[in-house]
Amino acid sequence: MAFFFQELVNGLTTGALYALVALGFSMVYGVLKLLNFAHGDLYMVGAYVGFFVIQWFGGATSLSIPVPLLLVIMFALAAGLVGGLGVAIERFAYRPLRDAPRIAPLITAIGISFFLESAALLLFGAQYRVYNTPDFINAHSGITIGSVTINSVQILVLVMGLILMVGLQQLVNWTKLGRQMRAVAADREAAEMLGVNVNFTIALTFFLGSALAGVAGVMAGLLFNQVTSTIGFIAGLKAFTAAVVGGIGSIPGAMLGGLLIGLAESFVTGYLSSTYSNLLVFGLLIAVMLVRPSGLLGQAQLQKV
Amino acid sequence: MSLDSPPPAGPRVGSDEWVARQAHRREYLPSWLGSLERASERAGWWPKLAAAAAAAAVLPLFGLGQFQLQVGIDALVIALLAVGLNIVVGWAGLLDLGYVAFFGCGAYGYALVSSGQIGANGIHLPSYLSIPLVMAAVAGLGLLVGWPSRRLIGDYLAIITLFFGEAFVEFTNNVAPSVLGGPNGIVGVDAIRLFGYTFTTNKSYYYLLVIVLVVTMGVLRLLDTSRTGRAWRAVREDPLAAASMTIPVNRVKLMAFAFGAAVAALAGTLFAAQQISVFPTDFDTPILILVYAGLILGGAGSIAGACTGALVVMVVYDGLLRSPTESGYLFYGLILLTLLAKLRPWRRLALVLAATVALGYAIHAIAAAVSDSAVAGGPHSAGLIAGALRDWVVVPASATVAGNWGFVALVCLLVALVQVSSQWRTILLPPTLYLASFVWETRLAAEPAITRQLMIGAILIVMMNARPQGLFGSRRVEALT
Repeated sequence: MAFFFQELVNGLTTGALYALVALGFSMVYGVLKLLNFAHGDLYMVGAYVGFFVIQWFGGATSLSIPVPLLLVIMFALAAGLVGGLGVAIERFAYRPLRDAPRIAPLITAIGISFFLESAALLLFGAQYRVYNTPDFINAHSGITIGSVTINSVQILVLVMGLILMVGLQQLVNWTKLGRQMRAVAADREAAEMLGVNVNFTIALTFFLGSALAGVAGVMAGLLFNQVTSTIGFIAGLKAFTAAVVGGIGSIPGAMLGGLLIGLAESFVTGYLSSTYSNLLVFGLLIAVMLVRPSGLLGQAQLQKV
Repeated sequence: MSLDSPPPAGPRVGSDEWVARQAHRREYLPSWLGSLERASERAGWWPKLAAAAAAAAVLPLFGLGQFQLQVGIDALVIALLAVGLNIVVGWAGLLDLGYVAFFGCGAYGYALVSSGQIGANGIHLPSYLSIPLVMAAVAGLGLLVGWPSRRLIGDYLAIITLFFGEAFVEFTNNVAPSVLGGPNGIVGVDAIRLFGYTFTTNKSYYYLLVIVLVVTMGVLRLLDTSRTGRAWRAVREDPLAAASMTIPVNRVKLMAFAFGAAVAALAGTLFAAQQISVFPTDFDTPILILVYAGLILGGAGSIAGACTGALVVMVVYDGLLRSPTESGYLFYGLILLTLLAKLRPWRRLALVLAATVALGYAIHAIAAAVSDSAVAGGPHSAGLIAGALRDWVVVPASATVAGNWGFVALVCLLVALVQVSSQWRTILLPPTLYLASFVWETRLAAEPAITRQLMIGAILIVMMNARPQGLFGSRRVEALT
């Protein structure tokens, strides 16, 4: 049973990570109806930002500032820079295509994803960059319940993930900005007529979504300890899966989907074999899409003529 | 708004395809480009195909080496794929991101039935049997993968097919290693043998591919102008309207998937036979993006566009970008051509060019005066370009870090350049051009493998924003928005 609970904890942690990436993806889909294929690469950029912050302050073994401060700087910088990158991408590549046929922004998104990945390869090289998390966060500290250990990095990821998800939910439901975002998602033209600054709202949504991806990237660096230019693609795929399984465009759905994917992956790896974990995740997605194309928490869209 | 304000740029609401075409003609009427275009329009489709085929057939007579022939073969395979993808994406308007998996299925299918992989002696089917068999099987698979398109629209279909593509790579890597070979793939695939002739040399495969491509394009042209082709385009424009015109929308979509898959499988069989081996990495996402780049560059929706775009992309990607000299000519040539085409009037062009040259010499002089190591490295290009740029572009001794910062600055400048007003654009252009040359000489020319990928990504982004119809596609105008 201990093994089961250990896998449960591991699954919840990676699930929280996927959920954060899926959230941003889902938000962007909500306002623009665009599958942002570049979202996974933003997560990769976030992970690199975290790595360079650690290097900047003397490397993992000889940090020149206290660890909590380092974590705050890492997360803040990743959120800010990646969020800014997301806004720049929206401004440069997606805004001119807002009224184009649906296929055009999708192909642009693929191009941006490929461009970001190659640019990271050019700038940072092909080698794995290692966070060396255990050198500054003690892996054995944490909570032990019976024989199940939740280490401090996992606690950090779970708590931060929970705070961000709840915070985002509150933001979307209860603030003026959230109301504007929901208005743009429901009907862009009507929102514009009612005085919503559509361009600003979309840019802000991109900022929030990309910042979440950047934060998730830093978390992934702390959790998995290594970064390379190709991690974005597979993480992006997992996030699509999470968003789609939960119902694309729905924020609780993205959280649920992320946790489900994390748990499924963790249990398949733990009980069967890691070889089939990706295949199984893809299979799960295809099954959900065929049975319930609108996702678990999504609403079926009526086609209006 | 005053009455004499200029009309908004671009196609206006209510104008249809015919009006747009007329406007396009009027725009081009006086220029030599326009007369060239009219001449090519008069020539008709079939003679042009014949001329292109003849040109491709005489090309190897000019003494192409083995490397050039291999580039040609790869380009033809990708062109065949792009022509097939055009059915699904260009005509039926379904975004199929798992297309390369069909290519892989074709290659693996052919490799399985024409090698020693299965059973003690293996299966060695004759080519006239194995190729149609594989094509039919993969077309069936295409029906299966396209099945969700009955219920899923647009984006969802893109995801499902993307996962199909990923699942194919995972599958061939992990499942049944004794049959599929895992990451080591299948080696020792039979050559194609048709009409008593065994295709073994690269030259024979080149000709085989030319013939197959031309025949495929001919068949697709007939298909395009048939009822089915019109139905595809109707479904692309508006499925609901098409359905109310009694077009069986679901069946038409599935047909597009099946035809696309069959063409991809055909390309796969030829690819496997020419390579003598298949590996899972041959069918991964980069190939998909290459095919898309070709299709988008040429113009989705046009057979000739898809073929030409893929050929151009592949020849540039595989052939020219490998050597620093040729890629340098390509890089500077493209920049000059873009400036010539886009910068009007001539005074402005001359101003920008003169400012760029002056800026370069000034920066080089300052850098040389400040420190010797700042200009210690020579430009990475070779030949004429290196000689011309030696005293113009600053290349520090340790070029990598400077080049990386330059790259970041260049991307920022390019993004800014698109946003600002035209006056600022003129001012910003010379530094941008200089920075582009700097980044090229310090980083991009030194890393041709990465530069090629950057170029493919940039093609997709820029083409979609600047000219979504591609180089050869016809402008699509929404009748009502």
